[in-house]
Amino acid sequence: MIRIEDVTKVYKTSTRPALNNVSFEVDKGEFVFVIGPSGSGKSTFLRLLLREETPTKGKIYISNVDVAKMPRRKVPRLRQTIGCVFQDFRLLSNKTVFENVAFALEVIGKPAHTIRKVVPEVLELVGLDGKSDRMPNELSGGEQQRVAIARAFVNRPLMLLADEPTGNLDPDTSQDIMLLLERINRTGTTVLMATHDHSIVDSMRRRVVELEFGKVIRDDARGVYGVGN
Amino acid sequence: MRASFVFSEVVTGLRRNVTMTIAMILTTAISLAMLGGGLLITQTVDLTKERYLDDIEVSIFLTDDVSANDESCTEDPCAGLRKSLEESDEVETVIYQSRDEAYESFQRIFEEQPELVELARPEALPASLRVRLVDPERADVITEEYEGEAGIAQIQDQGVFLERLIDGLNSFRNITLVGSLALLAAALLLIANMVQISAFTRRTEVGIMRLVGATRWYTQLPFLLEAMVAGVIGAILAAGSLVGLQLFVVDGVLAELREAGIISLPSLLYTVLIVAPVLLISAMVISAITGYVTLRMYVRH
Repeated sequence: MIRIEDVTKVYKTSTRPALNNVSFEVDKGEFVFVIGPSGSGKSTFLRLLLREETPTKGKIYISNVDVAKMPRRKVPRLRQTIGCVFQDFRLLSNKTVFENVAFALEVIGKPAHTIRKVVPEVLELVGLDGKSDRMPNELSGGEQQRVAIARAFVNRPLMLLADEPTGNLDPDTSQDIMLLLERINRTGTTVLMATHDHSIVDSMRRRVVELEFGKVIRDDARGVYGVGN
Repeated sequence: MRASFVFSEVVTGLRRNVTMTIAMILTTAISLAMLGGGLLITQTVDLTKERYLDDIEVSIFLTDDVSANDESCTEDPCAGLRKSLEESDEVETVIYQSRDEAYESFQRIFEEQPELVELARPEALPASLRVRLVDPERADVITEEYEGEAGIAQIQDQGVFLERLIDGLNSFRNITLVGSLALLAAALLLIANMVQISAFTRRTEVGIMRLVGATRWYTQLPFLLEAMVAGVIGAILAAGSLVGLQLFVVDGVLAELREAGIISLPSLLYTVLIVAPVLLISAMVISAITGYVTLRMYVRH
């Protein structure tokens, strides 16, 4: 599904590489935590997968296509196969729950009848049925993140990238969100989640890739957050 | 492409920056109205020229001596002059007007003022060669070549009067076009600014659009259309005010000049069918290009 080969990324404004000779693979349907302190290269890694950045060196394959060499006009199609969730939700405050989710389909040209059909389905999947007419500011943080997940998942991506999705949520709500991500993972969607949250990583017992100073220092099939924790 | 989506984005965008949009529409409108005015003056000049040039002659007035003694232009210098003129490539026709014929035409022209006709005697009027040129604007060639030759008293080019009128119109047109260009520069900056503000206020939307894999068309078209819609509204205002100006002001004020046959004004049809489309297309092209360049320069995709 994803194959990273000797990827190095050096930003022009920095002397130290954000990623330094990183290699690993993620299979289809896997659930992977990417952990590490701030500045360890987690976000850079996610940005490279989305082709928001290109690597200074190395290759990034998604479904056997080298993302770094992909022509720009093909990037939108790549992004349509990747769902994204962030710590700050990034919902449109002037649109309802339904419209926020529908927006993701409208802007890639899906017909209205498809939108009317799939948006309620995905809202039900994330547990927001009945709240489709609410505005984001009328929702709790956990509910807002569910809207964001619904939006990321509504186009049935092959892969879901979650960048600190529980960073703004209390532990109970975080657990709910993790259950939701797990459910999405069970549909066959590969999930990559960057996080700082020890308890979540420890309770899930999934694969953990740990980054430090841009290098992979650990890759455990059923890991916990810190060794010895 | 979902038209309804793009359309609603454009409307929201225009309403969000309503003061900016109005400023841009007005500047564009005034600039285009001046451009259109320039076009109309150019057309006036062309029509007026066309109308006059057909009738313009160079009159070569002959000396008293020739006028009196060579009634039918059969002797030199008159016959020689006529022959040489007729052989010239520049000349279309040469007509000899004897003193008596000149007197007859004088009587005809001034038949409403009999006291003037009373006073005039045929001896006061010179015979002349009326020369019509292939290209009426090259009268100076004839003047230079024949000025001062034996038998010629004076050479008069009617085109000189026309030139004065046309010079006046042309400088008026130039002022309009310079003003139009200055305002066009202002309009360009306003369009660029409008697109930037629009892109800034919509950065979250655009960010999400890019993330979910919207193509450039989807992310950028609303901005371009926004600029173009504002430009087109400006062009419609400009065309409307030109038509209004023509109907109520120009046709009223200049009606006498036109009826007297001094200038020929372009028809309303010309404004509607030629000038208005030119303004519309320029507005669309200019705003689209400015919008596109601004997006490329300031907005990362």
